[in-house]
Order: sequence, then structure tokens, then C-alpha cells
Amino acid sequence: MDAVLLARLQFGFTAGFHFLFPPTTLGLTLIILILETLYLKSKLEPYKTLSSFLVKILGLVFVMGAATGITLEFAFGNNWSNYARVVGDVFGAPLAAEGILAFFLESIFLGVLVFGRPKVSPGLYWLSCFLVFFGSHLSGLWIIMANSWMQTPDGFKMEGGRALLTNFFRAALNHSTLVRFGHTIAAGWITGSLAAAAMAAWLILKNRSPQAAKLLLRTALGVFIIVSLLQLGLGHLHSVQVAQTQPEKMAAYEALWQTRPAAPFTVFGIPDPKSQKIHLQLAVPGMLSFLIHFDTSASVKGLNEFPPRERPPVLLPFLSYHLMILMGLVFIGLALWGLPLWIKKKAHASRVYLKLLLLAVPLPYLANELGWIGAEVGRQPWAVYRVLRTAEAASPVVPAGQILFTLILFGVVYLLIGIVGFSAILKIIKKGPEPAEAGAPN
Amino acid sequence: MAPTTLQTVWFLLIGVLLAGYSVLDGFDLGVGLFFPFLAKSEEDKQVLFRAIGPFWDGNEVWLLAGGGALFAAFPLAYATVFSGFYLALMIMLVSLIFRAVSLEFRGHDPKRSGFWERAFFIGSFLPAILFGLALGNILQGIPLNSDGEFTGNFFTLLRPFPLAVGLLGLSTFLLHGTAYALLKTEGGLKARAKRLAGRLWWMEAGLFLLGLFMSFLYLPWAKNKILAWPAAAIFLLSLAGLKAALAWNKDRPAFLMTSLSWLSLWGLAGAVLYPALIRGSDPVLSLTAANASSSPLTLRVMLIIALVGLPIVIASTAFLYKVFKGRVNPEKEGY
Repeated sequence: MDAVLLARLQFGFTAGFHFLFPPTTLGLTLIILILETLYLKSKLEPYKTLSSFLVKILGLVFVMGAATGITLEFAFGNNWSNYARVVGDVFGAPLAAEGILAFFLESIFLGVLVFGRPKVSPGLYWLSCFLVFFGSHLSGLWIIMANSWMQTPDGFKMEGGRALLTNFFRAALNHSTLVRFGHTIAAGWITGSLAAAAMAAWLILKNRSPQAAKLLLRTALGVFIIVSLLQLGLGHLHSVQVAQTQPEKMAAYEALWQTRPAAPFTVFGIPDPKSQKIHLQLAVPGMLSFLIHFDTSASVKGLNEFPPRERPPVLLPFLSYHLMILMGLVFIGLALWGLPLWIKKKAHASRVYLKLLLLAVPLPYLANELGWIGAEVGRQPWAVYRVLRTAEAASPVVPAGQILFTLILFGVVYLLIGIVGFSAILKIIKKGPEPAEAGAPN
Repeated sequence: MAPTTLQTVWFLLIGVLLAGYSVLDGFDLGVGLFFPFLAKSEEDKQVLFRAIGPFWDGNEVWLLAGGGALFAAFPLAYATVFSGFYLALMIMLVSLIFRAVSLEFRGHDPKRSGFWERAFFIGSFLPAILFGLALGNILQGIPLNSDGEFTGNFFTLLRPFPLAVGLLGLSTFLLHGTAYALLKTEGGLKARAKRLAGRLWWMEAGLFLLGLFMSFLYLPWAKNKILAWPAAAIFLLSLAGLKAALAWNKDRPAFLMTSLSWLSLWGLAGAVLYPALIRGSDPVLSLTAANASSSPLTLRVMLIIALVGLPIVIASTAFLYKVFKGRVNPEKEGY
């Protein structure tokens, strides 16, 4: 097999696996911070019990995220050495900054969270929770900066075949950084809050620590409802940004080959790149134009506007983008269903709703992966949009066989880690929050 | 072409991050290396694992930060060494991943605790030796072409001098971990750690002298690097200090001495290497702080980030060690 393809598969697999964990961390640290804040104010024991319960799960999620994250930082040198050579001057900085300014904070204070409850005052414990929350979100910001620069590069000049930084702030806060950050953080909050709400739902359904579980359900569901609704706006803004700054990606998302006014939004369809048609298309006329330009008759650029060797593939971005939106709508549906229950403080009593929450847990993970696949495959054939082609970014000296070997190695190791980690988390949930005392696990 | 001040500062900062990694993650790596031999009971294991529990996560970030800083400050060196030492680094990476999850999983998966303990041992052993192997190669010089690409393969790396450096690294991790155990344990466990430290001391001294002797053979130019001599002298002083600290039962000075050993070894490596980051077998092709670096603007921005970040890191680290100071009490949960 082709070395570039293998290197892409390896990055896709290792990044996709890694991306299961950080969104969970973002959401869980938020819920933990809320619980600790409530505990600090009310001094009600159940908040502390619940927070300690979630900290145990966070400990596992965090370690798996951290361990699989190192792979990605190394990958830009291992498999993508020309990428490092050409754009390292700009791209390396946010990665290093993530380590120095954010990841240290997270990791150090996570030690206090997991082991330090009996050792520090409640105020210091709260501060540690805040710093883990703050550190993990700051960490996300640096990574999003790096990724956004690949999508909408800015603040640099090309010189002697290398991209050299000319303006740090324009590179870091490029056209897509903030809107992508908002969208991704919201996705993390949805992921973590739904996971926490579902844990509470399971405990209530099994009648284990129902009192504490009710409090957790109320906290987590509140976050889930608000953020799911908020995500509609954030996702929309992000899509508009993509249409403006990477029009060929939006065209691929919507399988739009011909530039046309009053472009439709496809609700269902099977795009056929050969005939440039969408089979069995069900579409809302003018909707795409409206969403992007706020005008149903405005013109939207199609893929044929771009030279063939600069067009992204269509099928994968189209599918992942539309399925992600479908997931978003499911979350909004769940949120709207839950809203009156939450207001009346009756969510815990609706067994149907609790079961739905349980069933929905995998969906945010699916949505995260789909959104990421759409964004990165839609960026092709570029590693850095209109600066460096993916095929030219790979390591010239690494033979395909070694990439295949390490791909298989990662496959086996990650599968093992995934299975053991997942069953360990289930075990913690099954034990429930009640018998656990704060302090060292086991 | 001589490096600018900014490039030299970054050469030093990369060294600081890697030295920080060796001193901090070094001791928990060391615990991973000797616990199968030192821990006689489940309680011993618990004590050793709890002694590193709150710390190792933050400690490992030093490596991540070091790798990230190398990427940002010297992308051309990062590209060459990470793609050139492909298999060695991938093995190290998978080991570190296994190591990271194994301690966490051991507690949650008691049925397979033996498997996770072995994973923790192997996950500590392979990186402990591979770090030195990689560094030894960079010191001795590796085959590079005019594009700065590594032209050897995995077996190119297995030369006598790099292997000796790998063993010296392994031994230093072990000794440092043992000194940490002296600080954190008591009773029979501590007595065994003490005996081990005494034996390891001889191994460390022997391996250093072997490395020194081999460097005259394989790196004859290195003796002209003026700063290498005081660094080597400080290392020998740290060994002497360790011997004294062990003899007088001073646990904290013993740990400080093994920490000083790490710092002086990195000082020695840096002094031998500078201004090269990766020495070429043909020295003309070396990747240096001058020809492999990022633009002055990137280096300046990164310097600001480091100057803001590192004091926070050091303060938080100090806070963490203060919270979990003292010996691990096997009777109590936590500390």
C-alpha cells in the first residue's frame, strides 16, 4: 500500500481514538466544577460524593486521553516530517504552548483531585477543580488553534519553501479558531453532560443511591439541555464560516457540483460523484443559500469552480456532515423533551426519558467523530489549506511497511486499552457514588 | 554559522525540559524498573505505586513539553530525528502508552493485575534504555544526507557507544528511582531499596567510566568541548555525594544527588553537542541550533510563552509535592 495513505490511516485512527477522550474530559470537568461549587456553597455531602464519583471516572478518561495524545504530537515528526519542516515554524508553537501553558496545569492538579481530598482544604480543592477545568479547556484552545490554522492559515509568509510566522495573533486567532473552539467545546459539554446524566439515569433506574443520583441528573441534564440548544447556533456559525473561508469544503458537505443560485439543502440523498448527481434527493429549495447568505436566492459555489486536483472527496464529507447534523437534532429533541421535566423537577420520575438518555450516550461520540471526519476529509487534498498538500507532507524516509506495522500495533494496543478502560468505567458506575469515600482509588 | 543568542537560549531550554523530565518522571520510571524485584508483598507494591500516584501524570508532561518545544523551536531537527528513529520512537511511544494506563488499570482490573504490572515494568524498561540509545546516536553522529534526512535504519542505531549511553541512562533511572523510594518508604521495603542503591552505585560509576572511555574512542573531538569537563566533574561529585548520603542515611540529600546526576549528565550531553542538535556522521551536514531553527519571531513568541508558563509549572509542581510530602503510610488510605 501507498505510504501516504497508510500514514493518513494511522493519523486518522490514532486521532479518532484519542478524540473519544478529550470531549468527555471537557464535559466532566465542567460538571465536577459545578458540583464542587454547589458543595462549597451548600456544604451538602451528596455534592461531594457525586464529585468524587465523577473524579474517579475522569481519572481514567484523562489518562487514556493523555496517553493517546502523545502519539499525535509525535506523529508530525514520525509520519509527517515534511509537514514539520514546511510549517513547523507556525504549527509547532501552539503544540508546545499546549504542553507548557495548559497540559501541565491539568495533569498536576488532577493529582490533587484524585488523591488530595483528605490533604487540602475545601477551598483549595475547589481551586484545583477549577484549574483542571481551566487547563483542559485552555488545552483545547491551543489544539483548536493548531487545527484551525491548517484549515484557514493566516499570519505567515512563504519563504524558501517554508511557512514563516509573521503575526502570531493572526496565526493563532485565524478565521476559524474561535467559532471552531465554541463548537468543539459545546460538543464536549454535550458529550460529558449526557454521559453524566445517563450515569444518573442508570443509578435511578436501578434504585442505587437514588437521592444522590437525582442531584447528578438535575445538574448534568441542565447543562445538556442548555448546551444542546446553544449548539444549534454555534454549529450554524461554524458552517457559515466554512462556506466563506473554505467554499469547496461546504460544496463537498452539500454535494453541490454546479454553482447555483437558490441552492437547496439536502435532507436525504446519495451523492454520485461520477454523474455529479444526488440520487433519491430530498431537499429544501433555497435553504442552503438561506443558511449561508440569509437569502434564499443567493448563489452558492459548487465544486466545479475548483480545479479537479484541488477538490475534496464528496461522499465522506457529505455523509459525515449530514449525520452529524442529524445527531445535533436528536440532542435538541432530547433537550426539548427534557426541558419541561427539568423545570418541574420531574425528570427522575420519567422512566422512558431516563432510558432514552441511556440509549443516547454513544451519539455525542459519534457526532464528534463525524464532525471531525467531515472537517478533516473536507480539507483534502491539503494538509494546510492551499499551502501544503497532504501527499507532500509525509515523511520521505519511512517505508510503507513500517507504517503498516505500527498501524497494526496501535490497532491492537488501542483496542485493548479501549476494552479495559471502558469496562473499568462501567465498573465504577456500577459501584455507584455512595460507598466511595474521597481519597485514593482502591 | 554560529547560533544567535535566541537560538542558544532555545537550545538550553530544550535541555531544561528534558532534564526536568529526567529528574521528575525519571524517579517514577525508576520505580517501574525495580518494583518487581523490590516489592515482596501486595502492600509493598501499593506503597510504591501510591508514592508515585499523584505525580507521574504531571511528570510525563515534561516529555510532551520537550517534544513540543523541539517541534516549535527546531522543526528541522524534530522532523529528522522523529522520522529517522521511526521504529525506536514508536516502540518507546507504545511503551509509554502502556505504562500510563497500566497503573490506572491495575487497580480497576484486579483479575489481570499481574499483566498490568508486567506492562508497567516493560513500559518503563524500554523507554529508559531507548532515551539513552537515541541520545548516544545523536552525540556520536548519524548518517545524514544533504536534505538533513537520516539515511540509516534501526540497526544503524545499535552501535557500541549509543548502547553504552542507553545502559547508563537505564542505570541512572534505576538509581534515581531507588533514591526516591528511600524518601517515600519505610521498614523492610526501605532497607531493600537501600541495599539496591548501594549495588547500583557501583554499576552507575562503572557505566559512566565505560561511557567516558568509549567517548575518547568514538567521539575523540568531544574532549575539546571545554564545558564538558566541569559537567563530568559535577557528575562525579554527585556520585561521591550519593555515596556519602547513603553511608550517613540521609534520604533527602541522596535524592538531591541523583537529581544532580541527571542535571550534570544533560549538561555534559549539551556541552558535547552544542551547537549541533543532531550531529551528522559528516559533521558538515549536522543539524544545528543555527540551521535547524524556527524564525526569530517564532523563537521570541515561544520564549514569552515559556517565561509565562514555566514559573506557573514550577509553582504548581512545588505545590503538588508539598501536598503529598512525607512517607507513604501503608496503614492509611492516601498518604
